[in-house]
Amino acid sequence: MSSFSIEICLAVIGVLLVAFDAFATSLSRKVVPALAIGAVALLLVLLLGGHGNPPALPEFAKSFYAVDSLAYFYKVFAMVTTLGVLIIAWESDSVVAHYSSSQGIHTRIGEFYALPLIVCAGMMWMASAKDLVSVFVPLELVTVSFYVLVAYTRRSGNALEAGVKYLILGALSTGILVYGIAWVYGVTGSMTFEGIAAAVKNPHINSTALLFGTALLLAGLGFKVGAAPFHIWIPDVYQGAPTPVTAFLSVGSKAAGFVVLTRTVTAFLTEGSVIGPQVRTALLVAAGLTIAIGSLAAITQTNLKRLFAYSSISHAGFLVLALACGSSQRLGISSGGIVALYLATYLPMTLLGFLLLAVLRSQGVGEELKDLTGLSKRSPGLAFALTAAMASLAGLPLTAGFFGKMLVFVAAVDQGYYAAVVVAVIGAAAGFYYYFRPILAVYSTGENDGAKLTWSPVAKGTASLLIACIVILGVYPRLLQFVLNPVPVAVAGK
Amino acid sequence: MSPLEIVILLPLLAAALIGAGLPAKLVGRVAALANLIVVIGLWLQFPGATADGSLVFKMSRQILDNPSISFAVGADGMSLILALLTTIVTVAAIWQIVDKPAIYYVSSLMISAGALGAFLTTDVFFIYSFHELALIPTLLMIALHGQGDATERRKVAWKTTVYLGVGSLVLLAGLVALVLNFSEGGKLTFDLTALLAVAKNAPLAAGTQAWIFFVLLLGFGTLVSLFPMHSWAAPAYATAPTPVAMLHSGVLKKFGLYGLIRIALPLLPLGAKAEWVQQAMLWMLLGNIIIIGLVTIHQTKLDSMLGNSSVMHMGYIFLGIAAGSELALRGAVLLMFAHGVSIALLFALCGKMRNQLGSLEFSKLGGLAKNAPFMTVIFGFAAFASIGLPGLANFPGELMVFAGAFDSRVAGLTEGLQPIHWATIVALWGVVMSAVYMLRAYRSLFFGAATAGHFIRDPDGEQRLPLLLLTAVLVVVGFRPGLLIDLLDFTLNTAKAAGL
Repeated sequence: MSSFSIEICLAVIGVLLVAFDAFATSLSRKVVPALAIGAVALLLVLLLGGHGNPPALPEFAKSFYAVDSLAYFYKVFAMVTTLGVLIIAWESDSVVAHYSSSQGIHTRIGEFYALPLIVCAGMMWMASAKDLVSVFVPLELVTVSFYVLVAYTRRSGNALEAGVKYLILGALSTGILVYGIAWVYGVTGSMTFEGIAAAVKNPHINSTALLFGTALLLAGLGFKVGAAPFHIWIPDVYQGAPTPVTAFLSVGSKAAGFVVLTRTVTAFLTEGSVIGPQVRTALLVAAGLTIAIGSLAAITQTNLKRLFAYSSISHAGFLVLALACGSSQRLGISSGGIVALYLATYLPMTLLGFLLLAVLRSQGVGEELKDLTGLSKRSPGLAFALTAAMASLAGLPLTAGFFGKMLVFVAAVDQGYYAAVVVAVIGAAAGFYYYFRPILAVYSTGENDGAKLTWSPVAKGTASLLIACIVILGVYPRLLQFVLNPVPVAVAGK
Repeated sequence: MSPLEIVILLPLLAAALIGAGLPAKLVGRVAALANLIVVIGLWLQFPGATADGSLVFKMSRQILDNPSISFAVGADGMSLILALLTTIVTVAAIWQIVDKPAIYYVSSLMISAGALGAFLTTDVFFIYSFHELALIPTLLMIALHGQGDATERRKVAWKTTVYLGVGSLVLLAGLVALVLNFSEGGKLTFDLTALLAVAKNAPLAAGTQAWIFFVLLLGFGTLVSLFPMHSWAAPAYATAPTPVAMLHSGVLKKFGLYGLIRIALPLLPLGAKAEWVQQAMLWMLLGNIIIIGLVTIHQTKLDSMLGNSSVMHMGYIFLGIAAGSELALRGAVLLMFAHGVSIALLFALCGKMRNQLGSLEFSKLGGLAKNAPFMTVIFGFAAFASIGLPGLANFPGELMVFAGAFDSRVAGLTEGLQPIHWATIVALWGVVMSAVYMLRAYRSLFFGAATAGHFIRDPDGEQRLPLLLLTAVLVVVGFRPGLLIDLLDFTLNTAKAAGL
């Protein structure tokens, strides 16, 4: 099955599930999650099975739809993330249902499982986007679905606040993005990345107007991936949104933003680009700011979910830094490859973190660091899993999280961006502090030495799998070699 | 499978088994002993110093193709000596754990595995990575099970973690720069043997070598508590639970020195000899010896005195590295071994005294020899070794370092005494300072009038064994340093290779 049809299937199943949930009553609450998880799992198997077959694209799609290895990687990434998010949603079902129902009325939260499928279809499409229009349409599909998901637990004040903030800033960033697209089209006369890459080499192009358009475009995308100075919305939205949605935003939405950013930046930084140096400087400054703000602000956080939010900002900074460094012909390593590898290692550790958060939450444990004390006594398994997630997020060697950071260091030192290296060192060092604080809390003994905690077999199995990913990728990253050195990013698709 | 892989993985496996619920004491002791036996076996089998500096017990598994990274193990004399040190101290440290939770065993085994991995792998990536294994166990052990009140020990634990974290990241930046600079025109490789080959055929420009060496010096130096990045070490050792203090000060800290000798010196021979780098290094190591020496003299408690003395003694080993001659480097490695054994022994005794006495202040204690003759004798051996008395392991090491440093000479500089000679002359006063604080502590703790309210008993038979083991090692190596230094061959590292 080609990826194109899989995306259509996902969207259609998503819509059908919403309809099913609206009409079937008592059954639906039990069946919809299972249907959603089953559908994503099945389609993921089909996608993986179809790798290598010549994609049967309809003729009309060929002009805007790329089928390169970059797109394939991000499609698999989106589906795996969606699967993980649905499992996290299942774990936090009771919490979400509690906060989304009107008092005393039995609620169904079928949409909560159906919408992620539609988001997934959008993210997969974004991975293939070859021109700015096919970037914009799926991006809006994703963003609008997230407007619903973020504010889904409507009886929680935090969630409503998060929903409003996300709606306003999301809409604003969309406006900026469209405006930027219009300017870029006006200057270059092209919507496709291929055409833009060709146009920016023209020395007679109006570079001021082009720069203006590019700046707007990058600002719009900066909102989506949470790069400074467009990161302000992240802490509040991440903290207020239901945990599965936060996980989705933090992993899926960020990755989708980065695949677009990879293609955009690659186009604007082509060899001989008239605005290359300016774009590079802007990205470097943004990366440095993002790492610094994310890491330094994380130090003082006492809420685990908010900590994850700042951690996500800091990781975005490292990713932008990788993009700013560009590809090294000499070493045969592309910046897109580093970003993809970073995200591939970011996925298991972040999903694991949010899964544990959901498990803890469903057991009545709070999200504050002080609520975690004594956890190692209450559940050694949970304590160990949290340690693994945090160690990997901190980028400790022999865990998956180290490779991405190390490759960013390699790229930055290779380009001679020593100021960026210094900022990255400070950011990573701060990470040792704020990621280790939860570990210390978990193994401390305190007043919370309460009853033993239990977790469901599904959660336990998923967590074990994610820990295995973290450790195996940490000591045998060869499994991700194909991600790191793919066929060069297809700006100029066939 | 290479036996070295077993040596590295065994403690990790034991830690995992203990984490899974197996009896901690049994598994921990068996793993530590088994590892010691294997390493002694390897030491007996070691073919002797090979002229071309080649490695034995080699094995390599590729884990990433581009950049090329492999889990490669291999040993030469230096790594074998340090592995021997690690396993000896690990046995002694594991034996110090009495009636403690399993996390003591898990942490000690993980620190041990980290050190063994760092010493026995030959890929820069893994040399770096294994050292970090100790980071979380150290934090948890100091913060949760350290001495003193909770706020204070947490502060110490965080300070240690942040220092070690920043140091290791600076180190990472330096190593990345190193690897990038040696991969001109090719793909990146982290394999030390391949890097050495490149360094021999196409050495870097002297200026580049100097600044990379300096970054590595800062990174490795922080991990070894080189002045002025030393302030984490003494409180950390004084606060840490006994086994962690023994392993950290005795073994893990040697990683930074090992890295400088193994990675920085052979790859960047001109960098180490650059004038400004030499001068910086000499000032820093004199800071360790003189300033920290004076600080040590002023300590009023045994644990903080030992912590500071451990920082101070790193200065001698740095002197050996700064000199860089074959004699000085051999002395430095021997001193690393000897210091590791003697400081571990001192911290073991310190832990036993703390458990029984509750206080370690010199002014409050005295006359312990009457009730604890065994500990008095053992403490004497350790203290005399630490001062550098002939017949104990530290003496030949220090002698070789001083002789090597005094003998080394930078061509083209002034005739007569060069900076390194002046530094050696000043550093010699450190020996006097060691004698002052060690002998004073010995006298005030064990002799004189006993103070009321403090009672101490000698450890029982089983607990005496590890102390006797460490003492025996100090004596045997003191009389036959050849057992270890004959394994060393630094001809490649030293001036000959650099063409100096």
